[in-house]
Amino acid sequence: MTATLTEPPIATKPTSAPVRERRGRGGATRALWVLPPLVLAAGFFLYPLALVVKQSFVDKNENVGLDVWRDVLNSPSFGDALWNTVKIAVLSTLGCLVVGFFLALVLSFVPFPGSRAVSRIVDTVLAFPSFLIALAFTFLYGTAGVVNAAADKLGLGEPLVGFLYSPWCVVLAEITFYTPFVMRPLLAAFALVPRERLDVAASLGAGPLRVIRQVLLPEAWPALAAGGSLTLLLTLNEFGIVLFIGAKDVTTLPMLVHAKGAVTFDYPGACVVAVVEVALSLTLYTVYRFVFSRTGAGRAGLVA
Amino acid sequence: MTAPAIERTASAVASAAPTESAIGIQDLTVRYGSVTALEGLTLEVARGETVALLGPSGSGKSTALKAVAGFLRPAEGRITLAGRDVTYEPPNKRGIGVVVQNYALFPHMRVADNVAFGLRARRVPRAEVGRRVTEALDMVGMAGYARRYPRELSGGQQQRVAIARALAIRPPVLLLDEPLSALDATLRADLLGELQRLRGELPDVAIMYVTHDQTEALALADRIAVMRDARLVDLDATDRLYRRPPSEFTASFLGAANLLDARVLADCTAGDDAVRVAVGGLTVAADPTGAFAEGTRALLVARPHTLGVAEVDRADTLPARLVATQWRGADYRLTCVLEGDVEREIRIDVTDLAAVPALGERLGVALPAEPCVLVPAGAGG
Repeated sequence: MTATLTEPPIATKPTSAPVRERRGRGGATRALWVLPPLVLAAGFFLYPLALVVKQSFVDKNENVGLDVWRDVLNSPSFGDALWNTVKIAVLSTLGCLVVGFFLALVLSFVPFPGSRAVSRIVDTVLAFPSFLIALAFTFLYGTAGVVNAAADKLGLGEPLVGFLYSPWCVVLAEITFYTPFVMRPLLAAFALVPRERLDVAASLGAGPLRVIRQVLLPEAWPALAAGGSLTLLLTLNEFGIVLFIGAKDVTTLPMLVHAKGAVTFDYPGACVVAVVEVALSLTLYTVYRFVFSRTGAGRAGLVA
Repeated sequence: MTAPAIERTASAVASAAPTESAIGIQDLTVRYGSVTALEGLTLEVARGETVALLGPSGSGKSTALKAVAGFLRPAEGRITLAGRDVTYEPPNKRGIGVVVQNYALFPHMRVADNVAFGLRARRVPRAEVGRRVTEALDMVGMAGYARRYPRELSGGQQQRVAIARALAIRPPVLLLDEPLSALDATLRADLLGELQRLRGELPDVAIMYVTHDQTEALALADRIAVMRDARLVDLDATDRLYRRPPSEFTASFLGAANLLDARVLADCTAGDDAVRVAVGGLTVAADPTGAFAEGTRALLVARPHTLGVAEVDRADTLPARLVATQWRGADYRLTCVLEGDVEREIRIDVTDLAAVPALGERLGVALPAEPCVLVPAGAGG
């Protein structure tokens, strides 16, 4: 009894020398692994970002202050660009969610010849640069595009399709390009839903819409939210499609950065817009992480 | 091998000839592309009757069930429910309760919501839904788990909920597709007992029970349809099919019977009480399941538990050599090779073994005193 009481508790036992040595070696190895990516991140991302932030507070006369921010934030062009950016991103994301959900549903549960090929094509689209879609739209729906040329041959008169230079064309192009970003996680989620679950739901008297609403959608929600959030982030920052479409009066934040930086050479103004764009993206990403950690999607491996 | 319960015999014989048809299947064929998964199945299940579709993997039994449920579109044939043609009706219009092997519970719904799903889909009034959910959960002993999610239940409990969900809509037809296959042996035995009890509480429900496990089929079914290679091989009352299997395949699949080579010594028909056959060096009486001409080669069906072991030099036994012994708690399973022109491996289950024979030891295999069933050789079904 006495011996037990006088013996030091296990938790406070001093760590033996070999264990300490091993831990020391392990820590050094970890540091060696962590250091290169940290250096790369600092050199290629954090430092340029810091420069952009710094530049946004320095006006053309090298005076440091909030004047540039005040000028940019009060300008009508910034307000329009912000509104256009949010409007196009939200509409595109909603479109992607609707179209992506429907296509993923068909590909997963309505087998047809060639469905695997379509699935592969979806994967391929993910690797394309976005401006390709804008270019394709120009060939298809431009004044001298395929659709209007065919309409002209059929004697339908005036250009049949004239929406190429409207904001709606930007939205349509973004839906076309970003829908696979919603479909991919959805296809993965649907692949995990046993077919029997849908069959049994139907046998219990549920029609197709009820099965989709009450059985499939709850299971697809994390994937839908993940794909939708990613699409919203990407469409907020989309530049190639907007530039190539060249829609009239459609200036988004990335376009404004480009205009200020490369056309009017207003670098401080470009930096302010860029910082706003980054802040917008980071805020959205934070909300996305927060929502997912609360809904449990993170535990399902849908949030990195 | 467990012999079928004696109390089943009466009901099995009584329901051998279906009266009021709950499920009618005529010449049903299902194809997956160029593969025929089910060919020409014809089967009737009467109201209150349980028919087991028994067969190995790929025999077409689950395909038949899915076609009846409406999950698969048949290439040919006709399906009726209580006389109504439902061949091309969607599953949600058929009013059938379905229970599958992997439970197929909705993971995001609590147990009560799972059970209520079918009732809500049928727009049953809210007050009625609550009452029927409680009633269905009570039936399967899960009333205390209504607020839980499926992930919080064991496999056996999940399957009980799946059964309650199917029963809540009060279906006239219940389809069970290998409902016990995903459970461990103990749970399977428990739930099999539960299903037997439920069977008694649902006297008007027609049940189609798909399984590859003969014990489940013997314990639950009034009739058994034995299937093989997408076709129906044999269909009869459970008791009769077990005691007088009409084919080599059914004899070996249902009850894992030994099939001993025999030569018929006199012409006989299925109605004859017995016919003399030569088995090895013995001449014994056999119960013919069909007409056999004198000199025909046939197979004598002997269940492992009906055979005995004796000294090798006894005149009324077949000489054999022991190749494997398996102690199974309640009995020993001896695997022997019969000596003779054609060496055939047979299994003998013995409970009272004074001393376990050594491997390689010669012993005598004693045939049962009652005549064994005689089936045609090579007609595996």
